[in-house]
Amino acid sequence: MLTLALILFPAVAATLLLFVNGETSRTLAFGAALLELALAAYVFVGFVPDAKTQFAFDYPWIGSLGIRFSAGVDGISLLLVLLTGLLTPFIVLSTFNRNYSRASVFYALMLYMQAALMGVFTARDGFLFYLFFEAALIPIYFLAAMWGGENRIPVTFKFFVYTIFGSLFMLVALVYLYYQTGPINGAPHSSAITDFYNLKLTPTAQGWVFWAFFIAFAIKMPIFPFHTWQPDTYVESPTPATMLLAGIMLKMGVYGLIRFILPIVPIGVEAWGTTAIILSVIGIVYGSIIAIRQQDMKRLIAYSSFSHVGLMAAGVFSQTETGLQGALVQMLAHGINVVGMFFIADVIFSRTNTLQLDQLGGITKTTPKLTVYFMIMLLGSVALPLTNGFVGEFLLLHGVFTFNHYLGLAAGFTIIFGAVYMLRMFQKSMFGASSTRTESFADLTGSESWVLLPLAIMVFWIGIYPVSFLKVTEPAVVNLMKYIGTTAVSLK
Amino acid sequence: MQTDLLCALIPLFPLIGFIINGFGFRRIPKSLAGAIATVAVLASFLTSCFLFGAFLGNANLTSTAGPLKAVLFDWISVGDLDISFSFQIDQLSLLMLLVVTGVGSLIHLYSIGYMKHDEGFGKFMAFLNLFVFFMLLLVMGSNYVIMFIGWEGVGLCSYLLIGFWNTNTNYNNAARKAFVMNRIGDLGFLLGIFWIINLFGTTEYTDVFKQATSLAIGDPEILAITLLLFVGAMGKSAQIPLYTWLPDAMAGPTPVSALIHAATMVTAGIYMVVRSNVLYTLSPLTLEIIGGIAIATALLAASIGLLQNDIKKVLAYSTVSQLGYMFLGLSVTAYTAGMFHVITHAFFKALLFLGAGSVIHAMSDEQDIRNMGGLRKSLPVTFITFLIGTIAISGLPPFAGFFSKDEILAHVFEHNKVLWALGVLGSALTSFYMFRLLFLTFFGEFRGTEEQRHHLHESPATMTAPLVFLAILSAAGGVLNLPGGGWLSDFMAPLFEGSRQVNPEAFAESTIDHSTEYILMAVSAGVALISGIIAYVMYVSRGAVPAPETTERSMPEQVVYNKYYVDEFYEAIIVRPIRGLGDALYSFGEFIIDGVVNGVAWLVRAGSNQLRLLQNGSIGFYVFAMVLSIVAIIALRFFVRF
Repeated sequence: MLTLALILFPAVAATLLLFVNGETSRTLAFGAALLELALAAYVFVGFVPDAKTQFAFDYPWIGSLGIRFSAGVDGISLLLVLLTGLLTPFIVLSTFNRNYSRASVFYALMLYMQAALMGVFTARDGFLFYLFFEAALIPIYFLAAMWGGENRIPVTFKFFVYTIFGSLFMLVALVYLYYQTGPINGAPHSSAITDFYNLKLTPTAQGWVFWAFFIAFAIKMPIFPFHTWQPDTYVESPTPATMLLAGIMLKMGVYGLIRFILPIVPIGVEAWGTTAIILSVIGIVYGSIIAIRQQDMKRLIAYSSFSHVGLMAAGVFSQTETGLQGALVQMLAHGINVVGMFFIADVIFSRTNTLQLDQLGGITKTTPKLTVYFMIMLLGSVALPLTNGFVGEFLLLHGVFTFNHYLGLAAGFTIIFGAVYMLRMFQKSMFGASSTRTESFADLTGSESWVLLPLAIMVFWIGIYPVSFLKVTEPAVVNLMKYIGTTAVSLK
Repeated sequence: MQTDLLCALIPLFPLIGFIINGFGFRRIPKSLAGAIATVAVLASFLTSCFLFGAFLGNANLTSTAGPLKAVLFDWISVGDLDISFSFQIDQLSLLMLLVVTGVGSLIHLYSIGYMKHDEGFGKFMAFLNLFVFFMLLLVMGSNYVIMFIGWEGVGLCSYLLIGFWNTNTNYNNAARKAFVMNRIGDLGFLLGIFWIINLFGTTEYTDVFKQATSLAIGDPEILAITLLLFVGAMGKSAQIPLYTWLPDAMAGPTPVSALIHAATMVTAGIYMVVRSNVLYTLSPLTLEIIGGIAIATALLAASIGLLQNDIKKVLAYSTVSQLGYMFLGLSVTAYTAGMFHVITHAFFKALLFLGAGSVIHAMSDEQDIRNMGGLRKSLPVTFITFLIGTIAISGLPPFAGFFSKDEILAHVFEHNKVLWALGVLGSALTSFYMFRLLFLTFFGEFRGTEEQRHHLHESPATMTAPLVFLAILSAAGGVLNLPGGGWLSDFMAPLFEGSRQVNPEAFAESTIDHSTEYILMAVSAGVALISGIIAYVMYVSRGAVPAPETTERSMPEQVVYNKYYVDEFYEAIIVRPIRGLGDALYSFGEFIIDGVVNGVAWLVRAGSNQLRLLQNGSIGFYVFAMVLSIVAIIALRFFVRF
């Protein structure tokens, strides 16, 4: 039942918010997001670490067809529910020093977005998942198209059409899977995801279903070469929308790989997984090499995010337990780091009106707080041990390395290039001589610090004591490994 | 239980020091900040001494019972892979602990005087403490992943401290170069760890080595693992081809160079190999490769050191060269000798750097030895201690460096005469560049400006006291392991049980008799002495001073003076191509991929424009199309069953 609350509460709050005017709307939105965080935290704490779905609800939706409105939280959903709950209030808080026109609509859209995301991560029915998957696109589209930069209209239109286009393939696959299920409980077919798991599809069918899902998720994440919508969209969107996109929304793709592709079409993965992993690894190297040369901070972070997501996908397709666990932890970690990074970029932009690295520099002289938080987020991003990024990358790289040593080596270049572009960004913006734009740079304000402090705490918590997250996801991952079965590569 | 607590305390003290000074920076007065940081490391040192005493007193531990372990908590646990946050206390970690915290305390004390006038003093002390924390994790961890935490952590601190004066872009670039080059090594290390996990199912040293003893010599997987781990060591311990960051790292304040880039962090690679000695003994091919790289590094760096004119750069190249000697020892399975040199080197190289710092301090930040000279009168304590350091590093008896270097060379002689001869040549170069440095700095006439002469002064007691301590250690450190079975050999022997088991021959009693041994000693000491005398003749008797930058140099001299153009070479074959590739991918690659995406969109639109024409509103056409379709379907059914 709690899951229903997780989905409905932000939606209801958002609807109410539409009737509130101006300034108060953001305070209310922040309050609502905090309550949702409390709910998500309660779910996280109350979750019993086993493979079962918990806090679930299940109503007939189109009962005669066996399509049900059912959702719940298992070990794979849990960290993403936590991530969505955790990031949204701080994304809202990050806007407290900025002014957005039509504020109530702005914040309502963010909460609608949260509701849809919660739905995506908890849906237990294939069509319900699809519904939320598409629903999440609508608020983010309006956020980007209404409050974005100069070039927002063509950029967001491309983003919208591109991702819808990908989802259509998934819809076809879902319908196909639905028709493969037998009669259950008086209904002719079933669209429950667990029923999809038990299908015995022919290898050919598995290949087709694999690609249908893969294209949908690959565009969403994105995986090379489906990524060209991403940098422009990240740059043109208002920063809170970018945070939602990079911090949470792209995890829908990774989540989909784990939830659908691996267990439903294991033979398809066996046949095409190598192709997918190679694309992912190309993305890692490609994205980071491009990031090295970027002048615009937001674009640099966009490419680095693209590179990091490639590693998650590669870990998932390695079909190892370490790869999967790594992907789950890294989704949480990456969400935190990328939101922190984009926020720091936003802080810098709000004071200097530029994100061009050659126009920045010397900021650290007047900003001890910003420097420390920036450094912490950077360390998380470059995966220094004892920060959150390390746990994820260590497990992911081990997974990929176990799958194939050379791919592991290629993927490992992320730790070298990551250091190159992140330290370059840090040095060019924070160190060196001040420019005219950065001379009187003011340090973080109170509310800005309050955005970064919880993120920084999470960076170290996940880094120093990751067991509190790994333990809760483990049973679900072990369970998932059973479906992967024959192709699984386990330790030793 | 009690030892668990003690173990945890050792890294905890500097961590607390870091947190206090880190948060209190700008609020805590300098004198207090310095005291807090120094006391934190001193507390670790005393705790280490206590543990050391307890360890020595407990006969069971030193013989068969195996190392002492303190498990703090489960860190990363996935499936069968269980990495605990735990420490291991044994002979090796104790030695490293004493060196790190002991030399570390002295350098902290020195920094109080050296950095007194810097506005970032508190931050500096905090970073030093953080470095010690990570270094302690590195040497205390009971598995490879904890070592890796320390490994990357010291890299971070090195980055922060090299670029400590962060308004200077050159310094920042040096810091970034150090971090990135180390990361190249770290990737090798990481892959080595993965391979260990997949082969042994664990990363705990004790379990890995126990399982390894049942493997055969020359096992290909062990070859791969040891090579990958050594890539990590190459980065951290500045061996060819990953050494060019270390000379640049001299951009950092001098105490940093002494602590991180001479005494402790850069020896982590040696520590790692000694720690993994079972694996390396199993792979003779890896050892051969290490030997080749080590001697090449030792000679290359020493030759560059001959012509450098920056007092810290000379010492930096000397460090690279000495690290080569340590690896040279390891490559002939003389693990004890390698560690012995780590220890003595920590003493005399820290001493030399701190002495150089004292000189730079007195000379108002002048680092060019061409502008020094005659300083022995105004800096008597610095001069005497620097002299002791120079004698120690040159390998003249009876100071520490003689014994450790001699032990390495004796083992090398047994193994390979050519390597030995090259090693002695390197020893001659070492002695020459060190005495050149000493004579140009402290002898002859003062060559600096009038203002500098006026300002010349001996450093305060916080700076000279560490010099004196280190000078005593450099002079007397040799007693740790006198030839013919010293204390250190006996103490460290249990560490090599596994190696002895898998390859008894490598640890057989020395075959060379005593007379040969004495001759070898005499040769290496004699060569060092002759080099020193040549340097005396050149730079004191004849009073030669290296030519200024603008002079025309002969071709070979030019090449050496410019460090064989290795940096330029890397720039040309790695840095620039990657930049170019980045630009090309960003402009061209993205354009093509996006073009394909847009092309697909265009095709869809064009296609739908064509299809739209079918909907022309004429009922007749619709009926016609319908009939045609039905006929087609029936015809198809006729031919194909579906």
